[in-house]
Order: sequence, then structure tokens, then C-alpha cells
Amino acid sequence: MSEQIEQLRQRLCSASEAADGTVRIMEVCGTHTVEVFRQGIRSLLPANVKLISGPGCPVCVTSQGFIEVAVRLTRQHGVLAATYGDMVRVPAAAGSLEQARAGGARVQVVFSARDALSVARESPKLEVVFVAVGFETTAPATADAVLLAEREKIRNFSVLAEHKLVVPAMLALVTGGQTRIDGFMCPGHVSVIIGSEAYRPVVERCGRGCVVTGFEPLQIIQSLTRLVEMTAEGTARLENVYTAAVNAEGNRRAQQLIDQVFERNPATWRGLGQIEGSGLQLRQAYRQFDAFERFGLVLGTDPEPPGCRCGEVITGAIEPPQCPLFDGVCRPTQPVGPCMVSSEGTCQAWWKYHRVRV
Amino acid sequence: MCLAVPGQVEDLKQNDQATVRMQGNTVEVCTTLVGPVEPGEWVLVHAGYAITKIDAQQAAETWALLNEMAGRASEVSGNP
Repeated sequence: MSEQIEQLRQRLCSASEAADGTVRIMEVCGTHTVEVFRQGIRSLLPANVKLISGPGCPVCVTSQGFIEVAVRLTRQHGVLAATYGDMVRVPAAAGSLEQARAGGARVQVVFSARDALSVARESPKLEVVFVAVGFETTAPATADAVLLAEREKIRNFSVLAEHKLVVPAMLALVTGGQTRIDGFMCPGHVSVIIGSEAYRPVVERCGRGCVVTGFEPLQIIQSLTRLVEMTAEGTARLENVYTAAVNAEGNRRAQQLIDQVFERNPATWRGLGQIEGSGLQLRQAYRQFDAFERFGLVLGTDPEPPGCRCGEVITGAIEPPQCPLFDGVCRPTQPVGPCMVSSEGTCQAWWKYHRVRV
Repeated sequence: MCLAVPGQVEDLKQNDQATVRMQGNTVEVCTTLVGPVEPGEWVLVHAGYAITKIDAQQAAETWALLNEMAGRASEVSGNP
């Protein structure tokens, strides 16, 4: 395999020499962020190829307003908040969900949406709220839990959801002009659900190359090589090097579940602001399971923690060491912003790997 | 949260649930997104849901990568 990697590296170098100026490739997947560091891939890149970590970590892109609402919700009488592990440590003005739990609030980490529903089934006297974030990989699971709750008439279950869609964010990043991007290394497991064809608008409307990529070093380097070659040639193509798990149309069942339960709405992304059609809200038929309605919650525009520059990290406008809090007051053990909280966050990846690998 | 992990279907349960073996562990997984599965088949599991079927070779390659990833992560963070 190392011979193949060396061949690809040579192609990558030739393409980068042919390219005009710096080539900026963005990955949009927390696992890619980590793998690129872990495998030392940055050290293989020619000087004029810049790899930027984009909005690929679901916890990181969740709006501050949503985090604040989730923490406030746990203060309501008789409420149990069930959520994924990454969410509990994200700081809000009044502390994180984890700190709320330490103060007596009911907060439970669950493995899946169905587990959250099981908690509701087993605790009929509590209002169990599934605090659900994530991209197209977790949205069908939330949809499934809502449909099961309806079928089984589990009335003490609701969801506080802020699911987001990857492609509208990619389009917004290119058209927004905050940062220049020449091509995208597209996420592996989100693509299992949405299919490689979902990126067609990024290629055709925005003229940016897209390569669906798995997690092995060979695939990551292959993807980068193709994207730099496309940039050097002045072309944009849609390619898939993760054919073992991703096909053109994606997982139709998962897509149907999302469409049945959710409709698109304008969602607020940390760093990107509001993007039309980039979020999912429960359809009218399922609003009885919407925790926003059930508890009269309103999504505010709460400020991010003072000094935190996660928003600029997420859009690739700055790299983590450019944030004055990085590795000082903000560390994985005491995170200020979500990019340092999540194991897939760009700041945590830089903190863990940058000093030892590059 | 983006990461999915391979597992091999062991037993089928009610309500589109299946017991899936992931190396030494077995977990209960929802199979509603992939349709009918048979014991012995491999699936990629994300947040408690199988999101696609994969072949045995792909599963083995992914596990090799995940094990290497876990080794490196503990080495860097100093955690066991």
C-alpha cells in the first residue's frame, strides 16, 4: 500500500505544481478531521495545498441558542433530557448539560434514538426529551423514534431536534465567500445516507470538485490528489472513492423516513449563521412530539462564549492556534467552545495531534 | 458522531432489532434503515442504527483501521 501512497503523492505534487497559487481543499466530516491528523497526512501535502476542516462536526455546528434551550429545559419540573454523549459537555451560559446533571437535573446519555424512547417507556411519570443533533446520519434515527412513539402512543416522549443537512452548508460556504474553497472531500457516512449524487449541485452550480471519501489513508490521499488535479485542470467533477459503502442514490429508506417526519427549515449554524433549507423540523403531523411546542421553548440568538472563535474555525477562516483561547484557557479537559469539546472537533484534533504528528 | 462501526448480525429480534457483534461486544441495533437482514451479514452501525450492509472484507479493513485509531488516540491522550 505504501507504494500506492507514494505514487499518489507524486501525482499530488505534480498537480500542485501545475495549479495556480494555493489550492484550498475542505473536508466536511469530523472523522476525516481526526484521521487526517492521525495518519500524518498534512505532512505529505505540498506547501501550496491547504486542507481546511469545515463544518463536519455536528455538535460544533449546533447553534449556541439551541445549547442554551437544552440546558434551560432540564430545569423544568419532571423533565429528563436524553442525548448523545458529545452533547453533554458543550458549555452554555448557565453551564453544560453535564453540570446541570451534577446540580440535580435529569440528564441521561443514550446510545441511540430508540434508547431515548425506551427511557420514556420505562419512566411514564417523566417527560423524556430526546435532545437530537446531527446530520443526515442521525436524522433518520430520530424520525424512526418519533414514528414508534406515535405507533405505541408514548405520550411522555418528545424531541428537541436541531438536525442539519450537509449540502446546503457546502453551497453556502462557497457562495458566502467567507473563505475560498477549491474542492470538497465529502463525508463518508453522511454519503451512505444521501448518496454521492447529492453533491451534484456543488459541482454543477458552484463549479467545485467533490470526492466522496472513506477513512483509510489511501482513500484520503486519493481524494486529495483528484481534487488538486481537478483544480489544476480547471475542472470540477463528482467522484466517489468510497464505493464499498456509498452508492449514487444513497439509502432510500433512510431518506424516506426523513421526508416523512421532517420538513426543511432555515437553520442557524455556528459560524455560518442562518442557511435557507439547511435544517429539519418536525412536520405538522408530528408536532405533538416537538419539545419546542410542548414546553413553549423559543430558540434565541444567544451569544457564543466570550472570546470563543469556534465559528471562524468551522468555516475555515482561521486555524485553531489563531484563537487566543486555544491551548490556554480552552483545552479538552476544560473546553470553552464546542470544537474543543467533541472528539471530532477541529480544535480537539489540533490539540491532540498537531504537536506530535506534523 | 459521524463515525459508523461494522458489526456482524447474530440474532434477529422483534421490531426491526438485531443483536450485532462488534468484535468482543454484542449490541442491540435497529435495522429498519437497511431492510431485512440475515444472521452472518455485516452492517455499518451508526448511533445504534445499521445504515448500510457491507461485505466481510470491508468490515475487516474498517476494524483494522478503528483498532489502530483507538491505539493512537490512547497513546496521544495518555489514557488507557
